[in-house]
Amino acid sequence: MAQTQTFDRDDAKLVLTHVIFAFVALMIGGIAGMLQGMVRGGMFEMPGGISYYQLLTAHGVLMALIFTTFFIVGFMFSGVSKVTGGKLTSTARGLGWAGFWLMAVGTAIGTVMILANEATVLYTFYAPMKASPWFYVALALVVVGSWLSGAGMIAQYRSWRENNKGKISPLFAYMAVATMVLWYVATLGVAATVLFQFIPWSFGWVDKINVLLSRTLFWYFGHPLVYFWLMPVYICWYVVVPKVIGGKMFSDALARLAFIMFIVFSVPVGFHHQLMEPGITPFWKFLQVILTFAVVVPSLITAFALFATFETTGRAKGYKGLFGWFRALPWKDVRFLGPFLGMVAFVPGGIGGMINASHQMNALVHNTIWVTGHFHLTVATAVAITFFGIAYWLIPAITGRRLTEAVNRLGVWQVSLWAFGILVMSGAMHISGLMGAPRRTSDTTYNGNEIAAQWDPYNLLVAIGGVILFISLIVLAVALVKMFQMPKGETEYPVAEPLQPVEATPRWLERWGVWIGVTAVLIVIAYAFPIADQLFLDPAPGAKGYVLW
Amino acid sequence: MHIHRLEKIWMVFGVVMLAVFLAVLGVYAFSMGLQTPHSHAYGKVDPEKLAETPPFDQPGVYQVGENEYEAVIIMYAFGFTPNEITVPAGAKVNFVITSSDVVHGFEIVGTTVNLMAIPGEVNVVSYTFDKPGEYLILCNEYCGIGHQAMYTKLVVT
Repeated sequence: MAQTQTFDRDDAKLVLTHVIFAFVALMIGGIAGMLQGMVRGGMFEMPGGISYYQLLTAHGVLMALIFTTFFIVGFMFSGVSKVTGGKLTSTARGLGWAGFWLMAVGTAIGTVMILANEATVLYTFYAPMKASPWFYVALALVVVGSWLSGAGMIAQYRSWRENNKGKISPLFAYMAVATMVLWYVATLGVAATVLFQFIPWSFGWVDKINVLLSRTLFWYFGHPLVYFWLMPVYICWYVVVPKVIGGKMFSDALARLAFIMFIVFSVPVGFHHQLMEPGITPFWKFLQVILTFAVVVPSLITAFALFATFETTGRAKGYKGLFGWFRALPWKDVRFLGPFLGMVAFVPGGIGGMINASHQMNALVHNTIWVTGHFHLTVATAVAITFFGIAYWLIPAITGRRLTEAVNRLGVWQVSLWAFGILVMSGAMHISGLMGAPRRTSDTTYNGNEIAAQWDPYNLLVAIGGVILFISLIVLAVALVKMFQMPKGETEYPVAEPLQPVEATPRWLERWGVWIGVTAVLIVIAYAFPIADQLFLDPAPGAKGYVLW
Repeated sequence: MHIHRLEKIWMVFGVVMLAVFLAVLGVYAFSMGLQTPHSHAYGKVDPEKLAETPPFDQPGVYQVGENEYEAVIIMYAFGFTPNEITVPAGAKVNFVITSSDVVHGFEIVGTTVNLMAIPGEVNVVSYTFDKPGEYLILCNEYCGIGHQAMYTKLVVT
């Protein structure tokens, strides 16, 4: 495989623009998040008539949707370029830029609408709460932009396969394509509800909206969305981390199999977010609960592969005993420590997710702050902290600088602070959630209610955790600035080799048509009847829009 | 495709555990009545015409069986009709919920009563309160600027 020493300059520009945009969104979203913790904890009141719910909308949109999507697109373009010959084709890069601009314009419009208090509907924008139509247009632009970026990655992958007939594709490129395939399938749901329901209704072209259908289409998208965040993280865990620790990837074929399973199982599962809702019968809910549990399997494969990599690497370096290999891991290297802390957080995160999806057991935690605690372990730690770990080598690698020990040390502090802040905040959220404290609520005192008063200490811990996380973000900002002052030189773009030769990888893993077909069949089984029921067999009377903020 | 022996053991263990979890959930849900909230016989309702749609034309608590009650409740931004609910201890209470405007969440703190109120739909869950006392009912889905003030109390006598 031809690999250039330095990263292609034009590709670097595309990647860097995405990554910087992502981190700016993260900083703004982080400020909003910290303020929310303080307001809910009763320590602070927002000036200038800015409401808690406005902060919450900004926090959710900028962090969960914008930070993640921009970082993922940038990171995946960088890896695809790296492993497919070191240079994107002009088609791929052009699609990348077109995607960037559409997403950037969408983000700008959306942010203005949120700041103007025209879209205080939170990032899930449940109907019949009605935002400015431009908020929905903004979301549509972001989605369409991401489609163009995905097309760019797929174009690059196809051109590699044209030029390397009969060979198995580089794992990073394969995984990026799998991630975008999942994204296309998933975003069909949100695109349908935004284009055919929210936009006509918010512009006033139709009076009423089918609320249950909009929720079903949203969650058809909303759960695979979390796998869209997770799969790039798994790319780092499978492809990057083994190289960083000086080892090899455990199994190329099983890594591909895990990604195929994510495509197949992560879409027909959205009802596990709607278990407490009317209008969907228990049979259909339970069917999707079963499929939700199936998507645990690729994560089990991943967990095994990662720890097998750690152990084989440690033993190859001469460490002995049952757990001696643990000491072989480079704890003082942020490129490892970030993703590793993410893996640790993903253990309770995954267990919590299974609890949430456990059909009737969901009643104990639904819409309590336990759920907020859960996704701050998953997306805000497993995902975000891995992205931090990536940034520390990705930015120097593509800008032709050498990661200095000082910046690495800052990074170690930064990710450690983040993990500690999450431990405090998310831990408190889980506990008070089990005690019944609701999520998405600016003040949970309920006029001095005694039962609610038990949550007070945990609200305080949430606020403290939020401040620690914000300090971590400040350290990150300093590190990012310092990264552009590091000496010119080389930083490795770590891509691991598999333990066994890739020739052993079965070719059926690369037959996309088959897997998309299987996915489509499962989606039809899980969704066709419930959607037909909500759409025309037995729809509820429509709801008019409300602006209640 | 080569799969390591230990990995095979790990995967079989994992998949068997998942199957056991699902079996427990399924048996409890479908044969022992521990089911997710759902609407039975109430059909759909027009959120703008609740005042003339039974049972929401007369919200309140009604005895429907020897030791069974029905609590018909409308949620709206930012309150509940009826505002205060009283039920006897030890009796089965069926909460029949809808919304007259946006989506709300009906939660009785410290119980498994936790269900969504969606305009146009009727949601139902049953619960038996063993202990008399005052319970906190709150809205647990964001419904606007007064969401945090949307709560009431349930008295179990």
